[in-house]
Amino acid sequence: MKFALVGNPNCGKTTLFNEITGSTQYVGNWPGVTIEKREGKARKIPEDVLIIDLPGIYSLSPYSMEEIIARDYIINEMPDVVINIVDATNIERNFYLTTQLIELGVNVVVAMNMMDAVEAKGDEIDLKILEESLKVPVVPITASKGKGVKELMERSLNVAQTAASAASSPPLQEIHNESIVASIEEIENRIIPTLESKVQNPSWTSLMLLEGDEKVQDALKVPVASLNQIKVYQENLEKKFDMDIQTIVADSRYRFTTDVTRKAVKKKAQASDLTISDKIDKVVTNRVLAIPLFLAMMFGIFSITFGTVGSSTIDFVDGLVNDTIATFVLSLLEGAGAAVWLQDLIVGGIIGGLGSMLVFVPQIMILFFFLAILEDTGYMARAAFVMDRLLRKLGLSGKSFIPMLIGFGCTVPAVMSARTLENEKDRRLTIMLVPFMSCGARLPVYALYTAAFFASNQTMVVFSLYLLGIVVAVLSGVLLKKTILKGEVAPFVMELPPYRIPTFKGLMIHMWDRGKGFVKKAGTIIFAAAVVIWFLQYFNFSFQAVSEPADSILGAIGRAIAPVVAPLGFGDWQSAVALLTGFIAKEAVVSTMGILHGVAEATESSTDLITALQTVFTPLTAYAFMAFSLLYLPCMAAFATIKREMNSWKWTLITVGYSTGIAWLVAFLIFQGGKMMGFN
Amino acid sequence: MERTLKELKTGEKGIIIKVLGEKGAVKKRLMDMGMTSGAEVLVRKVAPLGDPIEVNIRGYELTLRKTEAQNIIIK
Repeated sequence: MKFALVGNPNCGKTTLFNEITGSTQYVGNWPGVTIEKREGKARKIPEDVLIIDLPGIYSLSPYSMEEIIARDYIINEMPDVVINIVDATNIERNFYLTTQLIELGVNVVVAMNMMDAVEAKGDEIDLKILEESLKVPVVPITASKGKGVKELMERSLNVAQTAASAASSPPLQEIHNESIVASIEEIENRIIPTLESKVQNPSWTSLMLLEGDEKVQDALKVPVASLNQIKVYQENLEKKFDMDIQTIVADSRYRFTTDVTRKAVKKKAQASDLTISDKIDKVVTNRVLAIPLFLAMMFGIFSITFGTVGSSTIDFVDGLVNDTIATFVLSLLEGAGAAVWLQDLIVGGIIGGLGSMLVFVPQIMILFFFLAILEDTGYMARAAFVMDRLLRKLGLSGKSFIPMLIGFGCTVPAVMSARTLENEKDRRLTIMLVPFMSCGARLPVYALYTAAFFASNQTMVVFSLYLLGIVVAVLSGVLLKKTILKGEVAPFVMELPPYRIPTFKGLMIHMWDRGKGFVKKAGTIIFAAAVVIWFLQYFNFSFQAVSEPADSILGAIGRAIAPVVAPLGFGDWQSAVALLTGFIAKEAVVSTMGILHGVAEATESSTDLITALQTVFTPLTAYAFMAFSLLYLPCMAAFATIKREMNSWKWTLITVGYSTGIAWLVAFLIFQGGKMMGFN
Repeated sequence: MERTLKELKTGEKGIIIKVLGEKGAVKKRLMDMGMTSGAEVLVRKVAPLGDPIEVNIRGYELTLRKTEAQNIIIK
C-alpha cells in the first residue's frame, strides 16, 4: 500500500515522515528534475505501507515544479491514501490545498498538526465540525512529539481498506458556488463525453478545463472546437463576477475554507496582537538592527566553521588519513610485496586524493549544522526578506541570498540550496554566480601566496580577493541578466513562517541529509579523478614511469597550456599544471606546486616552497595568479553538482566557460594593467 | 475609499476587493496564498531597505514586493 504525504511547506511534513518511518528514509530524485521526494516504510503497523513524502506545496495549480510533481504523482501513481498535513495554527490557508485534494476525488485523511501550539495559544478547534464539513477523517497530531501518529496511521489504513473517504467527500457543489457548479456540469455533460481519451474523474477534469488548465487540456488532447466552447462558459462567468476565471475559482475555494474555519475555530488572539514570533521579528527585521545583526550572526558562524574549531577538525582528519591510514596501508602493501607503482597509486593517488576532499567533511558538516539551525528556526526567510531589495538590483531575488552566503563555505551545498528558487532563470543565474563567492578551499592558495609576497599586509590582500569575487559576481549578475538570462523580474511572494525552536534530532537529520550527498557525489568523482591525475603524473607517453614530473604526460599537458596563461604573468608549466589539478580541488594547487617545485610535504607555510615561488613569481604575478585561482572553473565536485542541478550540459558548460573566461580577463587586466602602471 | 495595498501604512488594515493584472503565475501565486476578495490584510512592516513589505493575511505572515502590492486593491 502507498500513502502520500502532502502539505504546505513548513507544516511539519518531514517531521511526520521521520516519525512514521523511523530511520529507514531514502533520498531519491525524481526523473529529470532535481527536487527530492522521500520514500520510507511505515513502522509500528502490521501492514506493509510505503510512505511517500511529496514536496511542500501551497496549491495543486500546475505553476511551480513542486506543484506539477505533486499533482502528477497523485494522479498517475494513485496512492491508496493522501495524508494531508495541515498546520493547525494556520488552518484557513492550509485548507486551500485540502479543498483541491478533495476536488480530485482521492482518499484524503487530514492530519491536524501542531495541536500543542494551538492549545498553548488558547485557541479551540472543533474537529467534529471539520469532519462534517470536509467529509474526510480529521486526526489531531503533534508530529514533533509523536502524538496522534498511531491513530493517524490506523485511520488511514481503515480508509484505504474500505475506501471510505473519497466516497463521502463533499462533491464540488459544496465547495463551489452555483454558477461555477453549473458550468462544471455543462462541461461534464457536453464536452467530456465527446473526448477521445477516457476520463477518470469527470467532475474534477471539468473544473480544470473551466480553470483553463493547460496540462489537462494537453493530456486529454481537447479539440479546438471544445476549447472554444469552454471559453464561452469562462467568459460568461467572467462577465458575471467581473473577475478572470482563475480568480473566480480561487475566490470560491477560499470562501469555502473561510467558512469552515469560521465555524470550527475559536481564536483567542487578534491578528494584530503580537505573538512571541512577532516580538523576535521586531528586533531581527528592525530597520536599524536587521543588517548589523545579520552580519554579526554570519561572522559568528563563519568564525566557528572556519576558525579554530573547524580547522582543528581539518588537522585531525588530515592526520588520520595522511599519516595513520596512509602509513598503515603502505606497510600492508610493502608486507604483501606490492609493486612500487601500485603502492604509489593507492597511497599517493587514491588515499591522498580522497584525503584532500575528506578533510573538509567535518567542516562542511559544521556549516550545514548552522545552516540547518537558520533554516529550521525560520531565520532564513527573514534574511531573504531583508536582502531582497539589494539583490533585485542584480536581477536576483531575496531567495538567491542564501545560496550566495553558503558559497563562502563551499560551492557544492550552495549550488544545491539554489533549489528554493522557483523561477528557472533566477535559479540558473544564482548557480552561475555562486562559484565567484570565495569558498574555503581557496584559502590555502591565498595563504601560501600572501605569505610569500604580501607578508606585511596578508589580511588586506586576502580580504581584497573576497571582495573581488563579490564584485565580479555583481557585475556578472547585471550582465547575464541583460543578455543570456534575460527575463522578467520574478515575483517575490513568500511566507514568513513563525519562529520555531528546532529539535536536535531534526537538525541532525537535516545536516546529514545534505552532507551525505556531498560525501557520496564528490567521493565517487574525486576518486576517479585522483586515479587519472596520478596516472598522468607518474607515466610518460610511452607508459613508462618517470623520475621527473616534468617528463610526465602531465608535464607535457602543462607545457601545452602554459602559453594560454602566459599573458597573465605565469607562463611556467608548473603553474599551468597546478591550475589544472586545482580542478580536482582548489587547495590541490598548493600541493601540486610543492611536488612540481620538488618540495615534499608542501603546506601553505612551508618556507622551502615560499623561497621556490619567490624565484618564479613577482607580487604582481602572484596577485594575478590568486585572482585567477579564485575565479576560474570551479572544482570537480562543484562541477558535478552544477551539472546535476542545471540538468543540462549546455548550461554547465556555459557556467564553466564563463567563469574561466572572466578569470582570464581579470588576471590579464591585473597583470597587464599593473605592468603599465609600473608595478611588478 | 479604494486604495492599493502598497499605499497602506505600517499597522493599517484593509479588505481586499480584487487583484489586478494578467492571468498567469504571479497572480495565481497571490491567489493561492490567500489574496482573494474579502480577505483582511494588515501591513506588518516594511523591510529595512524599503522593500518588500510584510503583511498578515488569513492568520499568517506573508512578504511581497511593492510592485505586487500595487496590484492589490483594498478598501
